[in-house]
Amino acid sequence: MTEGLSAWQLIASGDAALLAIVRLSLVVSLSAVTCAALLGLPLGASLALTRFPGRTLLIVLLNGFMGLPPVVVGLAVFLLLSRSGPLGTFGILFTPLAMIIAQALLVLPIIAALARQTIEDLWREYRDELTAMDVGPVGRIATLLWDSRFSLLTALLAGFGRAIAEVGAVMIVGGNINGFTRTMTTAIALETSKGDLPLALGLGYILIVLVLVINAGAWGLRVWSEQRANG
Amino acid sequence: MRAALSDLPLTLDDVSFRAGGSAILDHVSLSIEPGAPTLIVGPNGAGKSSLLRICMGLARPTSGIVTWGGRTESRPLRRAFLFQRPVMLRRSVAANVAYGLRQAGYPYGLRRNRVRELLDRVGLLDHADRAARSLSGGEQQKLALARALARDPELLFLDEPTANLDPAATRSVEEIVLGASNSGIKVVMSSHDLGQVKRLAGEVLLLVRGGVRERAAAPVFFDSPSTPEAAAFVRGDLIL
Repeated sequence: MTEGLSAWQLIASGDAALLAIVRLSLVVSLSAVTCAALLGLPLGASLALTRFPGRTLLIVLLNGFMGLPPVVVGLAVFLLLSRSGPLGTFGILFTPLAMIIAQALLVLPIIAALARQTIEDLWREYRDELTAMDVGPVGRIATLLWDSRFSLLTALLAGFGRAIAEVGAVMIVGGNINGFTRTMTTAIALETSKGDLPLALGLGYILIVLVLVINAGAWGLRVWSEQRANG
Repeated sequence: MRAALSDLPLTLDDVSFRAGGSAILDHVSLSIEPGAPTLIVGPNGAGKSSLLRICMGLARPTSGIVTWGGRTESRPLRRAFLFQRPVMLRRSVAANVAYGLRQAGYPYGLRRNRVRELLDRVGLLDHADRAARSLSGGEQQKLALARALARDPELLFLDEPTANLDPAATRSVEEIVLGASNSGIKVVMSSHDLGQVKRLAGEVLLLVRGGVRERAAAPVFFDSPSTPEAAAFVRGDLIL
């Protein structure tokens, strides 16, 4: 267990390289979830409220895309952003921005699909009342998003958990460049294959603790605010 | 505030409504004019809820024409609807009323005071900051009334609003409805309860199997009902 012990020492000493990796992981995944939420929540809400040909197919696709393999998303974004790809001129491959794009695409279906389900259920309850109050389409979406905020928080968490824990997409589009695009998961994969188990284990501990703390915090927030909203 | 075109008189011309292959309303023609409350009575399945929903504009008739103040299309700007089970927005009591005011285009700066007036009117001022969904059934219905009155309605539809309430809550809901009626709001309400109809009705409309069987001013309806079904209702018998 010497690796385990030195892993804790690494964390306790506040190793600068390790902290930089943790910071980058958080920045990338939180940005990705924010972008995915800005797109996914209105998308899910519109899908919940509208009826059009092909809607069922779209919902099935969206639900299916919740389980997209990260490496495939990474590959697709890689092809888009590579020099010869359609977006190659921007030169953002192997940057944190590319990683944010890949993770946002990965998380978008999760947030949109869960939001669609949540909002459709609430719409069933609210429809007559909002129609009687002459609430327009935009107002309906805003009202439903706000009134299902606690359930939607869970959807955002599911997306964050997916983003922070995936390795395939950030590895391919980020390139795991030391000090620039190295995240917790890509570092763990690399250090394990190099045999530097203390660093890999230390990052593993931090990753698990981060996910637990964020979920516990969100759960507490949810309980607290549901008591305020629902009594 | 918006231009206030009147929704009255509300007329139904040969209106039928079918759902799931069966006729709910069958060639109904009637006119709702300003005045004392109109109470719609009749057995379950007679079409009371569907009639109210069509009058509100929540449902469209399968055939026939509905007009509000002579117009066939009319957004429910000055109509409000109270459902048997009110939907409480997942917000505070005050925020539920404020939501109604905002939807009605009430000026932002005056909303706070108006919320307090409306909550005071329904006796919920002390609960302003509570979560709406933590209220009892009777309080929820009173809050729904405050939210409906926030629309400054000309026409207020109520679909058996006290069916799930105890006598005390029923009494306070009835008092609010009578107050609204006295302030010039046309009340159209369905009810199962003979006592309630006697307490509130200016006129009674008896609906049986999707058709208007009898319509009369309340004293006439109760003193000399002209159909066997109306007579049975007035006696307190079951209408089959």
